[in-house]
Amino acid sequence: MDLRFTPDELAFRDEVRTFFRTALPADIRRKTELGQRLSKEDTVSWQRILNAKGWAVPHWPAEWGGTDWGPVKNYVFREEMQLAPAPDPLSFNVSMVGPVLIAFGTDAQKRHFLPRVANLDYWFCQGFSEPGAGSDLASLRTSARREGDDYVVNGQKIWTSRAHHADWMFCLVRTDPKAKPQAGITYLLIDMKTPGITVRPIPTIDGEHHFNEVFFDDARVPVANRVGEENKGWTYAKFLLGNERTGIARVGASKYRIQRAKELARTIMLGATPLAETPRFREKVADIEVQLKALEITQMRVVCNARKLPPGVQDPASSVLKLKGSELQQAATEILMEVAGPDALALQPEHLWGTATDEPIGPEWGPMIAPDYFYTRAASIYGGSNEIQRNVIAKRLLGL
Amino acid sequence: MDFDLSEEQRMLEDSVERLIAERYGFEQRKKYLKEEAGFSRDLWRRYAEMGLLGLPFEERHGGSNGGAIETMIVMEAFGRGLTLEPYLATVILSGGLIQLAGSEAQRAELLPRIADGSLLAAWAHSEAQSRYDLCDVACSARRDADGWILDGAKSHVMHGDSADKLIVSARISGERRDRDGIALFLVDADAPGVERRGYGTQDGLRAAQITLSGVPIASRDAMGEPGKAASVIERVADCALAALAAEAVGAMAAAHETTVEYLKTRKQFGVTIGSFQALQHRAVDMLVELEQARSMALFATMMVEEPDAAERRKAISAATVQIRRSGRYIGQQAVQLHGGIGMTLEYKIGHYFKRFTAMETLFGDTDHHLAALAEAGGLIAPA
Repeated sequence: MDLRFTPDELAFRDEVRTFFRTALPADIRRKTELGQRLSKEDTVSWQRILNAKGWAVPHWPAEWGGTDWGPVKNYVFREEMQLAPAPDPLSFNVSMVGPVLIAFGTDAQKRHFLPRVANLDYWFCQGFSEPGAGSDLASLRTSARREGDDYVVNGQKIWTSRAHHADWMFCLVRTDPKAKPQAGITYLLIDMKTPGITVRPIPTIDGEHHFNEVFFDDARVPVANRVGEENKGWTYAKFLLGNERTGIARVGASKYRIQRAKELARTIMLGATPLAETPRFREKVADIEVQLKALEITQMRVVCNARKLPPGVQDPASSVLKLKGSELQQAATEILMEVAGPDALALQPEHLWGTATDEPIGPEWGPMIAPDYFYTRAASIYGGSNEIQRNVIAKRLLGL
Repeated sequence: MDFDLSEEQRMLEDSVERLIAERYGFEQRKKYLKEEAGFSRDLWRRYAEMGLLGLPFEERHGGSNGGAIETMIVMEAFGRGLTLEPYLATVILSGGLIQLAGSEAQRAELLPRIADGSLLAAWAHSEAQSRYDLCDVACSARRDADGWILDGAKSHVMHGDSADKLIVSARISGERRDRDGIALFLVDADAPGVERRGYGTQDGLRAAQITLSGVPIASRDAMGEPGKAASVIERVADCALAALAAEAVGAMAAAHETTVEYLKTRKQFGVTIGSFQALQHRAVDMLVELEQARSMALFATMMVEEPDAAERRKAISAATVQIRRSGRYIGQQAVQLHGGIGMTLEYKIGHYFKRFTAMETLFGDTDHHLAALAEAGGLIAPA
């Protein structure tokens, strides 16, 4: 047992760190450091830089453009990316639809989609949630009726992140209304330019546009765009949701926020004392740091253990990642919010998006703090709410 | 990076876990509690035969050169069984002090006797006023023609009542809370001027108040360089905290399993209470706390041998904060989820809770370690 990185792993970390330092365009770095929102172009251009280096989809099989890094190096890579701080590659592409296609797609689908998914030529969004089916995903009702070589899709999706940027959607539709809820679902890839699709924005409490409603009105989807078998979509969705457990904790991102909070707290004066030097602040931060360190090690345990577990067997430690990871992301944004105090108050969307032409009211980091805090509340809701996670863990791991 | 045990470590784990499973059932433990020393002398001999008592010592001292990982393995199993024997007092604390501060003659004389089970030892360090300040030592040692004379009082000496040998800290110079001026002495428990008052503690273990009145100590019984003991004391306290972290994780895992089993069998309103979502979520949150504690026990194990004392102390404090919080949560919830049965002495779950509670007071409570960590700048540097 040795919890330190090996010399090889350390050398790899330095290599990755150096790459992020030199390859990340200055304007994108500036935005991520300040916490400004990225444009679609920012995300696309960064993913293409990564892809040119061969690092956009390192966890995929080498055959499809991945690397043979193994779990520890993949972890190091992700952590360094979050600490850089660089934008993550689009998770819908690299962690969700890509692995599903690799596991269940036809050769033709793999050859067509995978290179475009990796290079972000196609931006995918996820069509799972519906107004009546959020956490109870299996109750979804959007229907697909077979007509010749097409499915005709009708219904509505909701909370579709970045659908307004998307070229494609991976989507769960009901193909057998009479089967029991999990059994009649099919997994389709849908071109967002298909006639009959309408995307409508849902503004969120951070003042941004992340989410959308997507309406399907007799949208025709070729049967060739079905992944796997008809009515077996639930299996593929479960594969997807069980995938990438280790990325969900976002330890690197929380560490970065804590670093920022400590840095900013030096500039906030309480009389003659910087906030950073008050015992109350320091203990509050130290408390989060302790939990974050524990989570980091928990994550490493899951990463190192993953190779040894038979498929379908869940490491008890992995259940901590979503629950504690989302709580700590929220705790870190909360600390930043408290550090900023009134400096977080002014609503300045142009400064959040980096499109402002005037000086910000207050410090330049001010406009990003509150939206980050507000938006991070979603971390315990998406990907299966924390309450659903607890239900699942109670049933599967504890046998309750 | 890997979390795998070596083949030898796995064998150690198997044998200790088997011993605890076979010999440390709850009913058996009750019998050991009633023995005169408050623990099983018979099991102590068994530990010696298995090589557990010399585990961290060098081979020439009757040991097997084990490190922090081996200690973690043993302590975790002991935590499961809620063992009563003075392993922490004798092997970890006293053995650790002798290894770190003892002369070659002291090591050669004492360590083999600890390893073979013939010598029980205890560390008489904390005092009524010192609380969690490791350098707060009022007990005094003054020079004498033949050596030293000790005067003072020690409290909460773990297993001090059954120990044959005491390691006593005393001040030879400076003010009460100075880092400099603390020395360690080997004292026979039955030496003239030593008075012991043994008592049972809330968690079923034993401790003693010890009064030292003009106790003469030969020069050769001073350990290390007199006056310079502070860093050794801190290091041994950190070793104890790492060991306690592992013990706590073993106890937490057992308390959690026991509680989940109870939720599956106890019926109310015609169904098992484990079918209630409110209770399921509580059991899951206990699991989260357990896994986080396990991670930090590993962190403590890794960092306890870190050569940079400041880094080591930060890491141990961080681990201790997590372990204490997890232990308190799991202990309290375990009692709550058991309902009335959790309140009775006849049932084991309350005993885990009592042990967690007692552990929170050893070598600094949660607030003490959180403050120490914060004071040292925390774990993450600013951007």
